[in-house]
Amino acid sequence: MRRISSFSRPDALLTGEGRSARAALIWGLLVAVIVIPIAASFTSPFLEWRGPVYIGAGLAGMVALGLLLVQPLLIAGYLPGLSSYRGRRVHHWIGGALVAAVLVHVAGLWVTSPPDMIDALLYQSPTPFSPWGVTAMWAIVAVAVLAGFRRRMGLRTWRIVHMPLAVVIVVGSVVHAMLVEGTMEIMSKAALCAVVVVAAIKVMVDLWVRQKKTRPMGSSPDGF
Amino acid sequence: MTQISSKVLNRRSLLAAGGSVLVAGASGLLLPAQAQGLAPTPSMSGGTNNYRKGVPVVNRIGKGGFWMTGTVRRAGDGAPLAGQRILIWAHTVEGREEDERSHGATLTDKNGAFRLEMPQIIPIFGQPHGHVAYESGGFKAVFLRPVMRSAKDTSLEAHFVLQPA
Repeated sequence: MRRISSFSRPDALLTGEGRSARAALIWGLLVAVIVIPIAASFTSPFLEWRGPVYIGAGLAGMVALGLLLVQPLLIAGYLPGLSSYRGRRVHHWIGGALVAAVLVHVAGLWVTSPPDMIDALLYQSPTPFSPWGVTAMWAIVAVAVLAGFRRRMGLRTWRIVHMPLAVVIVVGSVVHAMLVEGTMEIMSKAALCAVVVVAAIKVMVDLWVRQKKTRPMGSSPDGF
Repeated sequence: MTQISSKVLNRRSLLAAGGSVLVAGASGLLLPAQAQGLAPTPSMSGGTNNYRKGVPVVNRIGKGGFWMTGTVRRAGDGAPLAGQRILIWAHTVEGREEDERSHGATLTDKNGAFRLEMPQIIPIFGQPHGHVAYESGGFKAVFLRPVMRSAKDTSLEAHFVLQPA
């Protein structure tokens, strides 16, 4: 339990005031980097020729991409004001929300054009971005299902299972999003994707470094 | 014949250069182009999506502003095929891909060329593309799904090489 909450907190040295300013800045940046691309998508000229179901499906995809940024920050305890226990709890809930967002995305696209969605799910789509998205979707489903067994697996095994799937989810989703020519404005989309990748890498590297430090060679790993 | 051998050479050098997506797309067209001359065009994946039967020949789809052009030739000798019915449909500024008003047909001229004005195509399912098909029965059906280089393009082409049914 202790090990998980011992992520280094650089703000521990700051005064109360400095800490709250820093917290506001982090939360403000997080909200901006997720909300700006979604807001910008509402200015897309393509929306005029799309029905509500198709628009909703696209929106669900953007929300899912935004949630991908929140996930590593939560689990690493990088979001100020959330204890690492609460951060983990919220990470689990956001994981569920991610599954829901992906389901809405796929269902909405299915309703919009069934043959195109079926092609994508069968990996027979002519569009190069579809297999990336579908692969990320299956990785998200796999994590959600396997998460039910994480206590039985133990922390170490769970990480070995979750980390590669997390890499597949992040890479698949980002490539998918960047290749799609849709309603998202390109600069804000690229910025969100870049931050998603950087956050995932940062958290994974930190975790790896911390594990090396806290567990000397030969010591037995334990779960929680 | 010189044209064909240059194509084969081109394909070889491209394959040698490495497996780009472009090569994967083009090799299908060029693969059987050996002894029998011009090879038939294979259908593209997703080409039949939102296909409609019995679409009439029209002078223009909707209000126009965008041109779909192309050619129809016979496999083997490459002779132009006149009077062939080509179906065209797409997601445009005037309607969705499956809407009846987004579909139309045209006939090839004596040079085997076709040209139909239609509304501006806009991206659907993440890619600005059109559907162009031959399915009249005299030759084997071919469903193409050409993709625009840019969503701002105001024309798109598709070329058919048909083989007897």
